[in-house]
Amino acid sequence: MSMDLPRRQFDTLVIGAGGGGLRAALQLAQADANVAVVSKVFPTRSHTVAAQGGINAALANVLPDNWHWHMYDTIKGSDYLGDQDAIEYMCRAASHLVVELEHAGVPFSRLDNGKIYQRPFGGQSQNFGGEQAARTCAAADRTGHVILHTLYQQNIRAKTHFFDEYFAIDLIRDDNGFILGVLVLEIETGEPLLIEAKTTLLATGGAGQLFRTNTNAHINTGDGLAMALRAGIPLQDMEFFQFHPTGVAGRGMLITEGARGEGGYLINKDGERFMERYAPHAKDLASRDVVSRAIFTEVKEGRGCGPDADYVLLKLDHLGKEVLDKRLPGICETSRTFLHIEPAEEPIPVYPTAHYTMGGIPTNRFGQVVVPVEQGEECIPGLYAVGECACVSVHGANRLGGNSLLDIVVFGRAAGNDIIQFLKNNRYHRKIDENSVQAALDHLHRWDKKDEGESVAGIRTDLQAVMEEYCGVFRTEEILKQGLEKVLEIEKRMEHVRLKDHSKIFNTARIEALEVENLLDLAVATVTSALARQESRGAHSRIDYPDRNDKQWLKHSLFFKEGRRLDYKPVTLQPLSVETFPPKPRVY
Amino acid sequence: MKFLIYRYDPESDKKPFMQTFELHSKDVQPGMMLRDALLKIKSRDETLAFRHSCGEGVCGSDAININGKNGLGCLTALSSLKEPIEVRPVPGMPIIRDLVVDMSQFFHHYRAVKPWLIVHDSEPEVEYLQSPEDRDKLDGLYECILCGCCSTACPSFWWNPDKFRGPAALLQSYRFLADSRDQATEERLEDLDGPYRMFRCHTIMNCTNVCPKGLNPSAAINNIKKLMVKDMV
Repeated sequence: MSMDLPRRQFDTLVIGAGGGGLRAALQLAQADANVAVVSKVFPTRSHTVAAQGGINAALANVLPDNWHWHMYDTIKGSDYLGDQDAIEYMCRAASHLVVELEHAGVPFSRLDNGKIYQRPFGGQSQNFGGEQAARTCAAADRTGHVILHTLYQQNIRAKTHFFDEYFAIDLIRDDNGFILGVLVLEIETGEPLLIEAKTTLLATGGAGQLFRTNTNAHINTGDGLAMALRAGIPLQDMEFFQFHPTGVAGRGMLITEGARGEGGYLINKDGERFMERYAPHAKDLASRDVVSRAIFTEVKEGRGCGPDADYVLLKLDHLGKEVLDKRLPGICETSRTFLHIEPAEEPIPVYPTAHYTMGGIPTNRFGQVVVPVEQGEECIPGLYAVGECACVSVHGANRLGGNSLLDIVVFGRAAGNDIIQFLKNNRYHRKIDENSVQAALDHLHRWDKKDEGESVAGIRTDLQAVMEEYCGVFRTEEILKQGLEKVLEIEKRMEHVRLKDHSKIFNTARIEALEVENLLDLAVATVTSALARQESRGAHSRIDYPDRNDKQWLKHSLFFKEGRRLDYKPVTLQPLSVETFPPKPRVY
Repeated sequence: MKFLIYRYDPESDKKPFMQTFELHSKDVQPGMMLRDALLKIKSRDETLAFRHSCGEGVCGSDAININGKNGLGCLTALSSLKEPIEVRPVPGMPIIRDLVVDMSQFFHHYRAVKPWLIVHDSEPEVEYLQSPEDRDKLDGLYECILCGCCSTACPSFWWNPDKFRGPAALLQSYRFLADSRDQATEERLEDLDGPYRMFRCHTIMNCTNVCPKGLNPSAAINNIKKLMVKDMV
């Protein structure tokens, strides 16, 4: 019964303790809001920790730069699907926020003059498409690690309240549409807890676990995205999933784009530096979608390396041991541990690997979740989203490397600021909607059923295999249709899945079941959105519609769970203060 | 391949026991890590509880005791291990279930060393300048992933878990003491004075021997001691 349920009240609640959630929580704690952070893992286990290459900001510490060039590159990188107001906001804020991180303690690598080290990254240019820029601020190749740890440390200092190892089940929503908090599960005890809050911020990260081979952690199951879907909120642009060009072939560990930024390059079985053919100007530092397609094509056309000709090689040995030890120690360690390869001597086998969810919960640049109404759109009162689970959209159809760490701190802070305003205007907790609480409890208790059934692990494996095969780098109507059918079959099987483990204590099987439910919802959203979009843009490459079609498709998709309905909304082409960058052919 | 795994669910088991699992040789691919094997076992017996996440040694979730030595499941190659492979929770911590331990005390000590940059001067508009040489002093310190392998391998931490900060927290403390930007040296050193917080370290070096990231907490502790001596003179 929902009446026996333990309840806690906070002004404001953050779900997820990666960089986005922690940056927002810090802003709130420093403003003396009573803030709680719920995380299914201890905060420093969050996947921000795995970001390697760096964070973009036009500090111009190495080469000339300014935020306007960064804005142009981001819009071009997004294949013009990014919203230009949000992109301007992010690029303008970048330098200030990176300096702020440095002041908070982030141990950035340094230049001889003592300033923050910056390296070239993909899709970066000076002067609106000119020479390569060097915009990515780095702490060796462990930039996510240092940012996450620093933000956690600052939150301890600011006395943020943490619920570590609590799993969020569902949003609580009343009939007026207000979000009133979240039902969570304490993993250690198996007890549910209702956390009431005047605002809830979703910062739960991406859904890389949709695909078999991915660079993501096991925890990246898109929980916040699925919670939003179940609460009736659509997901935006889910067809755009980034495949990182350089995952370790067959294994998936990330090899940072910084490896190419430092001067590494890709070769095929003939030793040819093939990116020169695909992107004559930017070569190996073209956008990720471009490089991933190039690798895929090389392998498909028989120029792959290895006994099965199924990967290409990332050559780094010419950089020398000293540069590798200094600038890329993490990926060298990964190569040694998992491949027994010394990058200073031998190239690393790589292949495009599922990496980043460009789509997500639709928000504006204040982090408010927005949904379409008859005329335009409106905010869901009390609900915010930032980071990989959100779609602002600053990444559009393809994210630039170095922009995700930037996204989380910029919009984490922006959401924090907007929440502070919301709290001023909404001083009291609204009455909890008990029906909504009961629905969330029912969702959780579904897993208490004790009869015979299929295992969760089998569902997860099959789903990942289907997504990889039917919703990968290149897509067609035919393949996507089959993919959707298969995903829906798995969804049917899910009804008959049962747990064998019914212990209350640290029941990881139950958590995985809840996660796989979430992944399933997102798989349906992704394939449905991909099937509908009849054009090629950024990471969404349709062999049957090879060109970008701005006339019909310069718009965001919105997927609703109910009836698997799709809707669309226009891209914001109007920036805040500068001229629009109108869509033009995208060449690197 | 044979595994002996520590099992204990306080809800159903009167006391802990070691359970045998076997993986068929066709299930063991070359290059497989212990975490992969545990996941295979879990796909057959979902009641086995352990923490894990990134699978590449950066998140620090999967510290376990492997054939008597602490390490990360995801970085330990099966080929490096003698059979039967004995897997237990890291020692000295309260056990929640199976391989999952209660890390509260470990994190309490981490928080207690004030692991954040303290600067008393007013902030400039740009970054604090730091020479590459000064930044180099943080190498071998900032990379800590808080897995807890070191502290839970330390006999001094087992004996005085409430009072001795332990190698992980002390490494963190030195990470800030060594940072040219930090201005709280005296405060930090004072906090570590007394017979327990740091001086329970008897240079047994288990911490350094087990660190999966190749860090050296023992040297960091030694460096703090040197700073204290310098501070006294």
